Amino acid sequence: MRKPIVIAVALVLALAAPFVGYPVFLMKLLCFGLFACAFNLLIGYAGLLCFGHAAFFGGAGYVAGYALATLGLPFEAGILLGVLAAALLGLVMGAVAIRRQGIYFAMITLALAQMVYFAALRAPFTHGEDGLQGIPRGRLFGLLDLGNDLSLYYVVLAITAAGFALIVRTVHSPFGQVLRAIKENEPRAISLGYEVDRYKLLAFVLSAALAGLAGALKAVVLGFETLTDVHWTMSGLVILMTLVGGMGTLAGPILGAFLVVALENKLGDLGNFLAEATHVEWFASLGESVGIVTGLIFVACVMLFRRGIVGELAAAYSRRRT
Amino acid sequence: MKRTAIAIAAAAALSMPAQAQVSGDTVKIGMITDLSGVYADIDGNGGAEAVRMAIADMGGAINGKKIQFIVADHQNKPDIAASRAREWFDQQGVDMLIGGTNSGASLAMAKVAREKKKVFIAIGSGTAQLTNEQCSPYTVHYAYDTVALARGTGATMVKQGGKSWYFLTADYAFGQSLEKDTTDVVKANGGTVLGSVRHPLSASDFSSFLLQAQGSKAQVLGLANAGGDFINAVKAANEFGLTKKMKVAGLLVFINDIHTLGLNTTQGLYLTDGWYWDQNDASRAWAKRYFAKMKKQPSLLQAADYSATTNYLNAVKALGTDDADKVMAQLKKTKINDMFTKNGEIRPDGRMVYDMVLMQVKTPKESKGPWDYYKVVATIPGAQAYTTKAETKCPLWK
Amino acid sequence: MDLFGVPLPALMSQLLLGLVNGSFYAMLSLGLAVIFGLLNVINFSHGALYMMGAFAAFIGVTGFGLNYWMMLVLAPLAVGMFGILVERAMLRRLYKLDHLYGLLLTFGITLLLEGLFRSFYGVSGQTLDVPEQLSGATDLGFMILPNYRAWVVAASLTVCLATWFTIEKTRLGATLRAGTENARLVEAFGVNVPRMVTLTYGFGVALAGLAGVLAAPVINVTPLMGSNLIIVVFAVVVIGGMGSILGAIVTGLALGVIEGLTRVWYPEASEVVVFVVMVAVLLLRPAGLFGKER
Repeated sequence: MRKPIVIAVALVLALAAPFVGYPVFLMKLLCFGLFACAFNLLIGYAGLLCFGHAAFFGGAGYVAGYALATLGLPFEAGILLGVLAAALLGLVMGAVAIRRQGIYFAMITLALAQMVYFAALRAPFTHGEDGLQGIPRGRLFGLLDLGNDLSLYYVVLAITAAGFALIVRTVHSPFGQVLRAIKENEPRAISLGYEVDRYKLLAFVLSAALAGLAGALKAVVLGFETLTDVHWTMSGLVILMTLVGGMGTLAGPILGAFLVVALENKLGDLGNFLAEATHVEWFASLGESVGIVTGLIFVACVMLFRRGIVGELAAAYSRRRT
Repeated sequence: MKRTAIAIAAAAALSMPAQAQVSGDTVKIGMITDLSGVYADIDGNGGAEAVRMAIADMGGAINGKKIQFIVADHQNKPDIAASRAREWFDQQGVDMLIGGTNSGASLAMAKVAREKKKVFIAIGSGTAQLTNEQCSPYTVHYAYDTVALARGTGATMVKQGGKSWYFLTADYAFGQSLEKDTTDVVKANGGTVLGSVRHPLSASDFSSFLLQAQGSKAQVLGLANAGGDFINAVKAANEFGLTKKMKVAGLLVFINDIHTLGLNTTQGLYLTDGWYWDQNDASRAWAKRYFAKMKKQPSLLQAADYSATTNYLNAVKALGTDDADKVMAQLKKTKINDMFTKNGEIRPDGRMVYDMVLMQVKTPKESKGPWDYYKVVATIPGAQAYTTKAETKCPLWK
Repeated sequence: MDLFGVPLPALMSQLLLGLVNGSFYAMLSLGLAVIFGLLNVINFSHGALYMMGAFAAFIGVTGFGLNYWMMLVLAPLAVGMFGILVERAMLRRLYKLDHLYGLLLTFGITLLLEGLFRSFYGVSGQTLDVPEQLSGATDLGFMILPNYRAWVVAASLTVCLATWFTIEKTRLGATLRAGTENARLVEAFGVNVPRMVTLTYGFGVALAGLAGVLAAPVINVTPLMGSNLIIVVFAVVVIGGMGSILGAIVTGLALGVIEGLTRVWYPEASEVVVFVVMVAVLLLRPAGLFGKER
């Protein structure tokens, strides 16, 4: 079937990428891709709009950063602690928020995430506005030196790929089917005897843990962790990534994440390139307008491409077939 | 599965940025500062222009190697600063990085520069940690630091009778450093600190913080913030009648701030500075050139940008290489004698030490025109103003 | 005289200041509540529109030489028109869909507006001078209160009460409320419901613009001033009850006062106290303090 070929192609591209592109940028793409996929698990498959995912992403980053920088723990321990912290946070937040639905659920998650932001701002170990700097990369299992960008890239690739795979398996599993049933018609699922709250909570914790994995990895890759990662605009950003890529599709969020991160980082370069190519000076100032472009994409997606890029392309393809 | 294929193809296309440029035959200088926020006026684009002036004065090239200059805005976010610095060192072949305002960003960039073994000159930021607890063999701290400010303005205010203090502090590395250093000075001179309140960087409304200060009944309101924050705090203090009950101590003040607030509001204010455009013929000459381009007089930071760049380029020229270790050694053994200062030198811990000046803002009557704002009160020798060898925690200077 | 270890003047002054902040919260959450209560739209761009109002006042005064009092009328009008445009062109098509899309659209508009103003003005603040008639301060004994801040409280309260009265007690308000509950039926009575909806959105948005004009002389006018507030305003609306006008006003004022009180004892917590209250309220009274479960 086509599947193995597609996966093989993806793997080859991913393995070859760091020789062509800047490894740190690529690793950032991978981390955000995982973050978006983790978020999509909740919104796309369980139908829960969580407006506070930054709390897991940044929270795990801080815990991992603290473990690695201040406590001097090895790489694996730091990442694991970050994931556990995110899962725990997810358990607490989920337990409180699940009781309500729809917009109230979203609001509670937002409020709880703001409390996490406040904690990050005040806690001495995070250094508030200055951020947690100097997070060491260390060695993988005491053997592989991760200071080398290339080595770290392959380790991050392996871990994020495992994360993606876990999400795919979850979606296709019986658990995933129940989640989708809950999303489609919760009263019916309840009437069928499913303990809906339990399923939702489990999905929440899983999503939080994976978002935490992404956050912890990113903290190690970039070597610092700042308040930007726990701010509500980060929660908004991951919603954008998922929306642009395609909610409820497996690969959509990855694409959405790549697009948004590339936009933020490369818009300036793109502007300069266009300015030189077309001799229109105005393009050079494009780098300043990341917010405007992001906003435009957001609006365009909500008005016109509600299914996201992947969703729309797939719908167009299946329309052509029939 | 088709969907995944489409996604992967598109994703692959997106993640192939341009080929990394390796510069070997150019001296590339990068500058990351606040170009659009609270500190944009005191350094910002003016500082970038000053660097360009220095490069132009060098002839644009050293021994045939072209000098290139790139600027970026860190928006007062340490993560943007650190990411950009890393990318520039890895991908753009930047040889020397100038750190603009914002101590948090500078600390982050100093760490990256240390990891990549490249020269980092911190000019706009104040935290003395850069050459103390967080000193690095690749960091040079130019212009000023929080210790010098505390020993200048702080000591003066206490000696003039301001014994009890209350701080309004910007809640990040700079404000915290400044509050701590000034507290030490106040206590050493027999004063007391009744309390402090932290405000977020670029706070929108200072009224509640100032009311807390008022409630403390301290004699002196110590403003441990700068730029736009300082301006807004002073305005609010006037609005709420605080200035009638407390003396305002501006711990970090630039000429741009006085220009914005006006002499009526700021007359009599003490401030510690390192350079004033009207201090001697050399400074006036350079300031005139700067004014022609920017239509405002340069601040301490903008002058320091020019001076630091010139001295760096001179070092590279003398050595014939931009190798970071060699350049750092050269910088630390060369005296600085230019329009910025006559007797500057860079110590082993990276601190550029020179004589600071205690100024007082003129009254409207004393001022002969716009930008004529300061009168000199006293000179503070460098050795007195900055952290001494006995006090330092930096292992590079033991 | 001390109250729980805090001198009374300090307490009173923070309370009064809290009331000023509360008036802003009340006006902004009023606009949000009107829009949600009558249109079922979660208007995330409320903060950005507030910012637009402040900038409109700034541009009007410094760029066109108009005075503050004129801007008090013109700025809300301008912002209201912009809102009507957005509603007509975009928001209208999303009414049939999940709440979520309205939220996302307005979120995107927020990014757009903030980016636009940012590219013209940077993030450093602009200041607008307090108008002549309102300058100066009154010595209240325990603090010196700038007259302008007293004006802010008075103006907001008046506007809030007038709006509440219109919606709850007049015929126009009744028609509005009926229109959102059962549009067909009201249309059958000859009322142009879509136009009513558009105008209501415009009005809610104009309230945000008005709050912006009131804020301009006291708060730093920056492109990000709205995003600092919007989350708190959402919390206020949720606590008050998402559709309740009275709830929004009362909660807004109360929150300002609570924040002021928090500042006396534990200043840093004043930023987060609203969220703690929100979680507590949502768990105990699911529909908010004054709301009705929909």
